[in-house]
Amino acid sequence: MIEATTRAELEQIAGRYPVARSGLLPMLHLLQSVQGHVSTEGIEACADILGLSTAEVTAVATFYTMYHDEPQGEHHIGVCINPGCAILGGDDVYAAVCSRLGIGHDQVTADGKFSLERIECQAACTHAPVMTVNWEFMDRVSPEAAVEVIDRLAAGEQVESTRGPKIGTWRDAERVLAGFDDGKSGDGPAADELMLAGLKRAKELGMKAPAVGTQKAGE
Amino acid sequence: MGITTGLTPVLSAHWDEPDSYTLAGYRRHGGYSAVAKAFAAGPDAVISTVKDSGLRGRGGAGFPTGLKWSFVPQNDGKPHYLVINADESEPGACKDIPLMMANPHSLVEGVIITAFAIRAKHAFIYIRGEVPHVVRRVNAAVREAYAAGLLGKDVSGSGFDLDLVVHAGAGAYICGEETALLDSLEGRRGQPRLKPPFPAVAGLYASPTVVNNVETIANIPAIVNGGADWFRQFGTEKSPGFKLFAVSGHVNRPGIYEAPLGITMRELLEHAGGVRDGHRVKFWLPGGSSVPMLIEEHLDLPLTYEDIAGAGSMLGTGTPMVFDETTSVVRAVTGWLRFYKHESCGKCTPCREGTYWMTHMLGKFEAGRGTASDLETIGSVCSQIAGRSFCALGDAAATPFPAAVKYFREEFEQGMTTPANVAFAPAAATMLPVVTR
Repeated sequence: MIEATTRAELEQIAGRYPVARSGLLPMLHLLQSVQGHVSTEGIEACADILGLSTAEVTAVATFYTMYHDEPQGEHHIGVCINPGCAILGGDDVYAAVCSRLGIGHDQVTADGKFSLERIECQAACTHAPVMTVNWEFMDRVSPEAAVEVIDRLAAGEQVESTRGPKIGTWRDAERVLAGFDDGKSGDGPAADELMLAGLKRAKELGMKAPAVGTQKAGE
Repeated sequence: MGITTGLTPVLSAHWDEPDSYTLAGYRRHGGYSAVAKAFAAGPDAVISTVKDSGLRGRGGAGFPTGLKWSFVPQNDGKPHYLVINADESEPGACKDIPLMMANPHSLVEGVIITAFAIRAKHAFIYIRGEVPHVVRRVNAAVREAYAAGLLGKDVSGSGFDLDLVVHAGAGAYICGEETALLDSLEGRRGQPRLKPPFPAVAGLYASPTVVNNVETIANIPAIVNGGADWFRQFGTEKSPGFKLFAVSGHVNRPGIYEAPLGITMRELLEHAGGVRDGHRVKFWLPGGSSVPMLIEEHLDLPLTYEDIAGAGSMLGTGTPMVFDETTSVVRAVTGWLRFYKHESCGKCTPCREGTYWMTHMLGKFEAGRGTASDLETIGSVCSQIAGRSFCALGDAAATPFPAAVKYFREEFEQGMTTPANVAFAPAAATMLPVVTR
């Protein structure tokens, strides 16, 4: 059942928008953070708040790959298998992770600790091969490093994203996507080495953009 | 070989400072000074400046930004909306996510100026869902901007009101298509709309709406501060300005390289440390999997909208992916088609069914079981998808194969007898990091 606090937060999300229905996607993220999946009661609550039918809400919940109607793992593991990652080793990472977890795409381990997703491009091709834990970047992983991350999570150790915070749970991340602050925006680097590759090179070679107020010669 | 085109960090100039993503870090280098200039100049002057600058949309299509803004009808009595497309999901594209992580305030400042110019009181940043840390950074920037009086009622005492909502998507590449994005932002399935009407006339909530890419809008403060002539020092007549090039694949130093448009791919590749040692370029994609691949002979092309189009491809997102001779073209193209099949929203029959059949048939070549008639059928399916779907996803799905077969037909012929992973050992193509954590 949907608690009163959750109901209030769902209404708060709807209230951010000029038209309440725009809040539906973050509302569904919030439900996942609370319940671990999008439940029937959750769909009913959204429908009730937004004045929609449950069929209309279900149609949205089933369209997007991030919503799940079955409980997900405490940690949601993603491995990018789009060619940019796959060719550089992402296929090997995915195989190693499947083997370590004993599950495949869109499955959850029996102990409920991990769910796994074969992901399609994480917008980090410069950082290939890419893995995610609860959608936090674990950049440039080898199969061995990916398995080590999972071993450490399984042992309850603290794991840190390469470009993000210390890893929480998948539900924690879903709450962030619902638009609620978790105080971690300052965690992780401003930018990592690969994001700074061009800036570093420019500085080494003494290259910079023409300053404001300068004109092209001859103009 | 010498480099004649240098790197010109503007958007990325201060990303190496540890607090580059904060208001204090942004203000240290003149952040938000363009807002005051824009308010003093007035909305029409801002639109003129952006038109004069020649800025073209950085999300892939390259449409002139100022022109897009000028399509919004004025004094129509309807609310106007600004929506930032931060749904970066195109395979190969990875420049907006870094920008929002390292300097979200440049985007927020661009949003304030753009909303002022198009007379919008509500703006939205639609970020793909799979990047919570970027959602955190952008939300924190928006909170800081509200607290500093840069958002909300009476922005900086100007009398201009602006509310900015950060909105997370939920996993759908199609929502990078502007009309699908609008449907998604309205709380619906993200499926494209028929155009016209274009969003400038009937967009979000059927009201006039400008949808712009993150990098496009992050350019606006620099253009307002520097002026159109300054901006036009970079790039070419038809492709002015600088660009965040994200170079990935088989290169020694993958990463973000900010340079003027018009830098050649060979120069850019040299900045990125060249193709990995002992190898050579086999094929490269100038800007995402949705643009036709090019080959080694095209490396001296300037990276501009016009030059890349002249060679039969597109600049797209300006995020080149480079693959060396160890890469199976059949494997790569099959992988991209699996992606389009996965991401097709299902609305249009040619795209929904076509991506399914192409994936099925390409899979036969990948497994070494293709036939000559399959090859013809795939080409025919491509021509039946292209131009026959509501949105560009269908066209994109029809893009990888024709270019691949044009340059590497023999590999598809090999795929009639030999599996791709036999013809090209996958292990030879991997570039796994040597350091484990």
